[in-house]
Amino acid sequence: MLKTFPSGGIHPPENKLTSNIPIGYLPVPGNVVIPVSQHIGAPATVIVNKGDYVKTGQLIATGNGFVSSNTHSSVSGKVSKIDTIFDTTGYKQPAVFIDVEGDEWIGTIDRSSNIAREITLSPDEIKKRCFESGIVGLGGATFPSHVKLSVPEGKKCDILIINGVECEPFLTSDHRLMLEKGEEILIGISILMKALKVGRAKIGIENNKPDAIDHLTKLAAGFEGITIHPLKLKYPQGAEKQLIKALINREVPSGHLPLDVGAVVHNVGTAYAVYEAVQKNKPLFERVVTVTGKSLSKPCNYVVRIGTPIGRLIEAAGGMPGDTGKIVSGGPMMGKAVSNLDVPVVKGTSGIVVFSENESERKEPGPCIRCSKCIGVCPLNLQPFLLMKLAELGMFERAEKEKITDCMECGCCSYTCPANRPLLDYIRLGKATVIKLARQRNLK
Amino acid sequence: MSSIILITIISLSLIALISAVILYFVAQKFKIVEDPRIDEVQAILPAANCGGCGFAGCRNMAEAIVKATTLEGLYCPVGGAKVMNSAAKILGREAPVTDPRVAVLLCNGTPENRPRTSRYNGASDCRISNNLYIGESDCSYGCLGNGDCVRACAFDAIHMDPTTNLPVIIDDKCVYCGACVKACPRNIIELRKKAKKDKKIYVACSNCDKGGPARKACNAACIGCGKCFKVCEFGAITIEKNLAYIDAIKCTFCRKCVEECPTGAIRELNFPPRKPKVEVQNEAVN
Repeated sequence: MLKTFPSGGIHPPENKLTSNIPIGYLPVPGNVVIPVSQHIGAPATVIVNKGDYVKTGQLIATGNGFVSSNTHSSVSGKVSKIDTIFDTTGYKQPAVFIDVEGDEWIGTIDRSSNIAREITLSPDEIKKRCFESGIVGLGGATFPSHVKLSVPEGKKCDILIINGVECEPFLTSDHRLMLEKGEEILIGISILMKALKVGRAKIGIENNKPDAIDHLTKLAAGFEGITIHPLKLKYPQGAEKQLIKALINREVPSGHLPLDVGAVVHNVGTAYAVYEAVQKNKPLFERVVTVTGKSLSKPCNYVVRIGTPIGRLIEAAGGMPGDTGKIVSGGPMMGKAVSNLDVPVVKGTSGIVVFSENESERKEPGPCIRCSKCIGVCPLNLQPFLLMKLAELGMFERAEKEKITDCMECGCCSYTCPANRPLLDYIRLGKATVIKLARQRNLK
Repeated sequence: MSSIILITIISLSLIALISAVILYFVAQKFKIVEDPRIDEVQAILPAANCGGCGFAGCRNMAEAIVKATTLEGLYCPVGGAKVMNSAAKILGREAPVTDPRVAVLLCNGTPENRPRTSRYNGASDCRISNNLYIGESDCSYGCLGNGDCVRACAFDAIHMDPTTNLPVIIDDKCVYCGACVKACPRNIIELRKKAKKDKKIYVACSNCDKGGPARKACNAACIGCGKCFKVCEFGAITIEKNLAYIDAIKCTFCRKCVEECPTGAIRELNFPPRKPKVEVQNEAVN
């Protein structure tokens, strides 16, 4: 019997079209747009000026405060302007525009292909390096990694959990990374373990990636304290709290962090980025992105420079199909539809999924038939139908009591609703409003 | 058998008597003395409970009217001056004169003016689409067209125009309760002073972007060029954040700004057709 989290969850069609396609390198585009706020927390401050020449890997924006992150140039070239760009939501964000000239990397990056196994840095140096290199959680939430590595006083971390679940349909970037960069990931995990001062790490991988499980299990024999755990297929197993419950059977209480139960969760992509930052001194300026969709002629996995417009990725995957109805940045369950092809790839972009008109259609919502399917699939044991109604009617105080802020927006409720009700649409609205109201209350 | 019935009747009557006595004394002790005029005033109020006056309902408004020393600031938009005057009469006071107003949509983003760059197929709720993304056009200030204002209006004064996908406000039905103003997540509905014959001149745009991006997103956008500001002789126009605003109280309806506006962002409504002034001049020159 494979492990999984106990309540809720769904199993959407996997559609992992690109799991056998090796990671390719997308050519450097002619110009890139690098948003300065690609992480959760305070936006970074731009430190370059218009007309400056920057090298690949050069720092262009510094993080403000503790919960923030550095941003580096992903190309070499001239800063053409510092302006605003439409992000995935369509709203404007400050960004640095760079016209590419060649590809000159900064000298401190070790570009050799040999694997550096010796970890020479001390835990504090590792944390510092993570901050300097702009490492954030690459699973999609983009939470600055050095914050997660800094265990506050009075709290104890006894286990590191590595998320190789990739429960989102379509996406295969983590899967391919585990297959192709297995050893680097394991060294990255050892680095994270050293920084956290823990003796063991568990990697959770869903059972639909047997090749990755085998590969990493073989490699892990040479690393102390790292074990691989196949998990039952269930969405949203890649969610932090669900993964902790599945792997070590500890429940993170409502409103608390994984650290409160002695665990820290990092993504395999982050582990790889940490390896590159610590061992190769390479800041985070490129990442693996899955470009996929049933209608695409050449779905693929690419290493993409941050700031590349997503239109370029779709071109590389065989061009935009004629019947495209929706393009989603991220996975199909939790990703966001983009309204513009000039939107750049950011640190949190794990995939670009193209849907045809037919696939992306939303059916007309009907009345709630009280079947309670949404309650059954909610991994957090909330009552989505009730939360939706409360948000719709503007009863935000009641919604707060019903723990609307616990919702992680996994979308299981909307996926399963037989009446096609826009459950998550309203819950998201309610959650945002409740958080806003709570913030106002705290200010008073 | 009969004794059971008898005992039941007697015991129940006793309980009833004791309860009645207790209730009587409790009622005397905790009696609430309420001003009878509150009921009178409430009877006059329209009982729409719309909240347009700023109170939760008509009863609260009636209480506030009776309690207040002056009627300044208290106004029932639904009943208007008539109701306020009769309420004032009950209290033996004078009702202040309040100008009637009307809701106006500060956006003219019809599909011709504002090309659609994406299609929204989520829940039909402006609050959601506003939280989610910029909207179906490139304008992050304009109307989203999902009809939150229509649902908020308790007086059937707003409906969506399917050709323009913008809400239309019926001036005669609008009681300027302000429910739509509160409902709109983009704050593009304004309550403006009502003029004679429902004449209106206003900047039908809320875009605070600079001229270029604003014009790119919408042909009828205010680009903040300041031409109207220069031409206005009455100081009714102010420009803030690349957006012109016409003060409805200072405006004299001379319509010079309408002619001057290069994008047609300033709208005039309910005016008689203009005299063909330009053509007459041309003929005279010829």
